[in-house]
Amino acid sequence: MGKKISLAHGSGGQLTRELVENIFVPKFRNDALSRLSDSAELDFAGGRLFFTTDSFVIKPLEFPGGDIGKLAVCGTVNDLAVAGARPLWISCGLIIEETFDIDRLEQLVSSIAATAAAAGVSVVCGDTKVVERGGADGLFINTAGIGAPLAGYRAGSPRPGDVILVSGTIGDHEAAVFRVREQLGRKLDISSDCAPLNGLVEAMIAAAPSIRVMRDPTRGGVGAVLNELVGGTGCSFNINEEAIPISEEVRGMCELVGFEPIYLANEGKIVCIAPAEAAGELLAAMRAHPLGRNAAIIGQVLADRRERVFMQSPYGGSRIISMPAGTQLPRIC
Amino acid sequence: MCLGVPMKIESIDGKRGVGSYSGGEYDIRLDLIEQPKVGEYVMVHAGMALDRLDEDQARQTLEALREFDELSGRVS
Amino acid sequence: MNFQEEFRNKDITRRLIEGIRNTAQTIRPVKLMEVCGSHTMAICRYGIRQLLPPNLRLLSGPGCPVCVTTGDYVDKAVALARISGVTISTFGDLMKVPGSTSSLDKERAAGARVHVAFSPMEAVELARANSDRRVVFLGIGFETTIPSVAVAIKEAARRGLRNFLVLNGHKIMPPALKALVESGTEIDGFICPGHVSSIIGTRPYEFLAADHGIGCVIAGFEPVDVLQAIHMLLQQVAANKPAVENQYTRLVRPEGNKAGQAVIAEVFEPADVPWRGLGVIPGSGLQIREQYAAHDAERRIEFAHEETIEKAGCICGDILKGIKTPEDCPLFGQHCTPVEPVGPCMVSSEGCCAASYRYLEKPLGKKD
Repeated sequence: MGKKISLAHGSGGQLTRELVENIFVPKFRNDALSRLSDSAELDFAGGRLFFTTDSFVIKPLEFPGGDIGKLAVCGTVNDLAVAGARPLWISCGLIIEETFDIDRLEQLVSSIAATAAAAGVSVVCGDTKVVERGGADGLFINTAGIGAPLAGYRAGSPRPGDVILVSGTIGDHEAAVFRVREQLGRKLDISSDCAPLNGLVEAMIAAAPSIRVMRDPTRGGVGAVLNELVGGTGCSFNINEEAIPISEEVRGMCELVGFEPIYLANEGKIVCIAPAEAAGELLAAMRAHPLGRNAAIIGQVLADRRERVFMQSPYGGSRIISMPAGTQLPRIC
Repeated sequence: MCLGVPMKIESIDGKRGVGSYSGGEYDIRLDLIEQPKVGEYVMVHAGMALDRLDEDQARQTLEALREFDELSGRVS
Repeated sequence: MNFQEEFRNKDITRRLIEGIRNTAQTIRPVKLMEVCGSHTMAICRYGIRQLLPPNLRLLSGPGCPVCVTTGDYVDKAVALARISGVTISTFGDLMKVPGSTSSLDKERAAGARVHVAFSPMEAVELARANSDRRVVFLGIGFETTIPSVAVAIKEAARRGLRNFLVLNGHKIMPPALKALVESGTEIDGFICPGHVSSIIGTRPYEFLAADHGIGCVIAGFEPVDVLQAIHMLLQQVAANKPAVENQYTRLVRPEGNKAGQAVIAEVFEPADVPWRGLGVIPGSGLQIREQYAAHDAERRIEFAHEETIEKAGCICGDILKGIKTPEDCPLFGQHCTPVEPVGPCMVSSEGCCAASYRYLEKPLGKKD
């Protein structure tokens, strides 16, 4: 029996990476794809443009802080934004399960429209397919987006001495969705952080055009993104566990079910690396923005060629944060 | 082998109760707690309160450690 | 009082670490074993191993229920998952444990109904809501978890939910410790499991000091707890006075929790059961009493499971005994990783192989 696709192949961790590196990149073979960034950066008509796509499958479709419609816009907008682009146009493809409620569909499409308006992008093309009952789980959405480069910014490589920042509390999105899906807790106020980040990115670049690189830590969380970023740099990262912002509720839920918050998905956060001398202004600009109020410096880039992500515990020891092996499951041990 | 978190009992309904921890409230079972009272702390594992947490004992442990002399390695 | 934050006090941990270093200087090399997998996790998570002096070694013991669960248990669970009309309900810990040819995770991908539970009582509710299906809860774990399974069985019996069944794989801790020390180990002291002890109390450990001259300290799971327990054990070694001590006095009483002991005894009776790597240990497990046989999956459902294949080369057994370390295993890190685990010590996040793989490999500041 040949190997089968498992849920872990879609978790953003090591198996996802293996699929991409072993199947997609070799088959599609081109420079833009091989960089494996959130958005492809393309030369076009004497200039540059950014192009990205993302698909959204989530249970439940509505959750505290958002729904699949808002998520579908934010995901694509944010992939463009963190690449250093101003998102302009997005597409919207819907795969709908037969018998899906039309009022509910209208609600979700309203959410797409409202989020697109807030992000300043237009939904300029779309597609609708209906599959028979059981052929999809309610509603799946694919969006693609095109953006123009933000003036004065070019992504680069992390260097020793750089600082690592995160724009706010981690884990809120996955914790909120997990909480409602599993009906965990009688009272537990956790909202998804789902939000379009292009405004925050523009404020950050205005304050610190020297930012080396930005990422939105979605599937696999901050832990997965840091591992992706450290590869190929010839450096290592040192993260200070105590400096990572996290809400009391998310931290508590993680302790209760045995999750590591650093691997939980976010939908409205940025991880960024910048030269130390820019850190002060950058942090101030992030904190001045409503989506970056809890921004913090969480670590440094080390001149350590092993390309590993270390996390310093508050008690003096350190451990390695590796690529997550798959989605976390609640445990009792 | 056994994750546990300390919860404060918020309400009691027979063998069932609600415990609060780190900004959340969770359903818990109180089968193993003799005459539980609202406001008491219990250690909860897999939804079951294992036993009461004793504040006096906790305080004694911490006070002894605050007196801890790392050179002699003794609790004075 | 905040029972967690107070025991994460950095000033206290710093001074305890100093105290451990100072004490260690005055004594011979020492090997301590943390019996409980949650202690292994805490030690990794807080980076405690790296803070200890070189003549003090911590070994991970047989207290991770996933790690000591035998391959045939997983094969049975897989066989049950394949029966139409059966829903498996399990703690997430077991989902990825490889059986001989499959796992619950793979069975779920292939269409089996597998529910991840936070508590056994949830599985009882699942049985109530799905009266047309048989819900099999996978009962693994030690004395900490057993009372909640016992309560769930009693509750199902009281409510006449005959479709709530338990695949019993429970184990109890003291006989395993006894078997371990009798098999000849070089362990100077045990860090004993705080949450198991909240149920069984401190007395079941007395044979360690009295009959074997090995000290033990029952410990909580916060950094202050673990460090204080290590320090207490070093003091015992320095004074050459092995004893049973209780660091976790805020939870653990010498007599334990009588109600917890009573509900275990009401629903279960002692049995000789196999432990992975340790073999069959007399009196180290439990079986469901005749009175509750209606809720015993193995007595209620007729099924056959595939022949269990022990994985060649896997040395989980010796690792659990403290004879070998994960790094001694030829499969470690190459053919056995958290993504594709071979042995249970790699699957369970509290297993010492997974812990070594994730946390200990080339710690910061020790370049190779």
